Amino acid sequence: MNEVVTPQLLTGWGRSTWSAATIAAPRSVDEVVDLVNNAPARGILARGMGRSYGDAAQNAGGTVLDLSAFNDITIHGRDVRVGAGVVLSDLIDVLLAHRLFVPVTPGTSQVTVAGLLAADVHGKNHHIDGSWANHVTSIEIVTGDGQVRTLRPDDESAQQFWATAGGMGLTGIVTALTFTAIPVASDQMRVTTRRIPDLGTLMDAMRAADTTARYSVAWIDSTGLTGPIGRGILTTAEHDDRPGHAAHAPRPARTLTMPARIPSGLLRPFTVGAFNSAYYRLMGREGTNVAMPLRTYFHPLDGIAEWNRVYGKRGFVQYQFVVPDASAWVINTALQLLHSIGAPSAVSVLKRFGAANPGPLSFPMPGWTLALDIPIGPPALAATLDHLDDIVITAGGREYLAKDARMSPWSLRRGYPRLGEWQETAAEMDPRGIFTSDLDRRLNLRGDR
Amino acid sequence: MHMRNGVGDIGSVLLLGGSSEIGIASVRALAPKSRILLAGRPSIELETATRELNALAPVEVLDLDAADIDSHARVIDAAFATGDIDVIVLAIGVLGDQGQHEQDPSVAVATATATYTGPMSLALHCARHLRTQGHGTLVVLSSVAADRPRRANFVYGSAKSGLDAFARGLDAALAGSGASVVVVRPGFVHTRMTAGRSPAPLATGPSEVGQVVARAVRRRSRIAYAPAALRPVMLALRALPEPIFRRLPMS
Repeated sequence: MNEVVTPQLLTGWGRSTWSAATIAAPRSVDEVVDLVNNAPARGILARGMGRSYGDAAQNAGGTVLDLSAFNDITIHGRDVRVGAGVVLSDLIDVLLAHRLFVPVTPGTSQVTVAGLLAADVHGKNHHIDGSWANHVTSIEIVTGDGQVRTLRPDDESAQQFWATAGGMGLTGIVTALTFTAIPVASDQMRVTTRRIPDLGTLMDAMRAADTTARYSVAWIDSTGLTGPIGRGILTTAEHDDRPGHAAHAPRPARTLTMPARIPSGLLRPFTVGAFNSAYYRLMGREGTNVAMPLRTYFHPLDGIAEWNRVYGKRGFVQYQFVVPDASAWVINTALQLLHSIGAPSAVSVLKRFGAANPGPLSFPMPGWTLALDIPIGPPALAATLDHLDDIVITAGGREYLAKDARMSPWSLRRGYPRLGEWQETAAEMDPRGIFTSDLDRRLNLRGDR
Repeated sequence: MHMRNGVGDIGSVLLLGGSSEIGIASVRALAPKSRILLAGRPSIELETATRELNALAPVEVLDLDAADIDSHARVIDAAFATGDIDVIVLAIGVLGDQGQHEQDPSVAVATATATYTGPMSLALHCARHLRTQGHGTLVVLSSVAADRPRRANFVYGSAKSGLDAFARGLDAALAGSGASVVVVRPGFVHTRMTAGRSPAPLATGPSEVGQVVARAVRRRSRIAYAPAALRPVMLALRALPEPIFRRLPMS
């Protein structure tokens, strides 16, 4: 019944660690139950599109489920029920035809809806709308005891619901979920772009945009090659409320695929600096309320397939942390520290976060979040990022598990003080401890079993 | 931390050849974050290494007699029963005395067993477990002697040649399993094993070899030389016609 093939080598989007697992592609909930009941010694894990940067979607020596057969989309008014394997890109097509849109989207549409839930993903509107799980009204899940359960945020299953939101797939195999879509008038955005010459002014402008802009994000020049470290481009945006051709959201043409073999070390401080300088001058074309297709605004890199290969054989790490408003200084410290060891970030993104949700492992908290793409190579990188962890956590912040490939178990425990509470709920849902991943092994997420 | 991370930090290391100076230096350079397993015969060196490496991570000692082939399965099973292992360093072999080898074939065979077939058996047991766990790196300490046999140590050199070829084949066999093999070929290394012998050009110490091992593991290299400068030298030596090679002073 299940198509089981020989072990397959899997890696994360950062291509920094690799391991092999047996892939199974169940086609029904019954088949999922069967696989859960017969889980091998090294456990079982669902994998979506593999866009987690680190090792979250790998399960070395175990079973990895491909749930792409779970691809139903059912729309009732604004309530949308989606199979776990539905890819955001396809979902957006269907929703736009109904003049609806997802309430939260990350910077890529190549993610599954269950992946969005597992990492409790945020978008450029977190300060207004919260993260993905805030908009989910029910989760259909197969737990470790082989039970098929429906979890809701507002009944007696709330604790399990919130353990699953941000739970990195370690509480069960989600087969479907229901969320509330938002109405949109068209497939167009109204985008305001401002070039801001220094970090302090940029952060002031972002704070001011908290109450005025639904979507807000800043790209930061971390290189200091032709301008100060921390200058940036702030884009704020709203959905275009004038009726338009919602059904015709063109996808950006896939004109480029990154070659498979690119040498490591191409992205040196100078090339990264040159790229950042060019980006600041070319992309920061200022404008107010400029019309832009929705996909171009939300998912700019989806036009280049496999862009992650640009970092070469050794891959890269994405370092993303959040700090509370009172510790805003950490943003500058992080940029300066990485610059000082010759590890400038190729793409650096600064965002505002609003209120946290009840998920014990949910990443967002009110304050600032900075995401940095750093090629692996500088010898001091590992130690510097460990040092940065200490700074971030002491400042009351934490790192994002969906991006992580290198934090220590100790940093996890300090950054997520409710980990113990989450572990208890996960143990109730999976008493045999069959749900595991390389991330779990590396960080001992589920605790000693 | 029970698994290697994205920036090359290692969780656990198993050293086969627990009193090998190069092996111990390799463990030190790999700097595992969670635990160290030392497998070897009880010795002063092993005790000292246990004490010293405990500063890096908790050390467990396993009794391993490399010459007792039948015991290999039990020892390697026991090592993996303690949890996943990220990196295994296989540092077992004897240089022996070439003169004695030529006079007493049984001594030559003992050297070959200790340097080639014994490590081969250990590597195969490790490979079985690495396949099951779906990740991990086996470092095989070969030698530049494997590149081209010399008059001065061809028994040892031929054993290392065999092990080196075996290790490269094992890496090919493990393709797609998540596990891999790194072959490290040191030149002359100042150790107890080489004490009293006149060093060859580009001689190093154990800690330099350890650094090469750690770097090769982090970079996921297939073959590394210690020092790296030996790579072009050995490339040239391999290409040299035999009559000229034999006339070189170091052969």
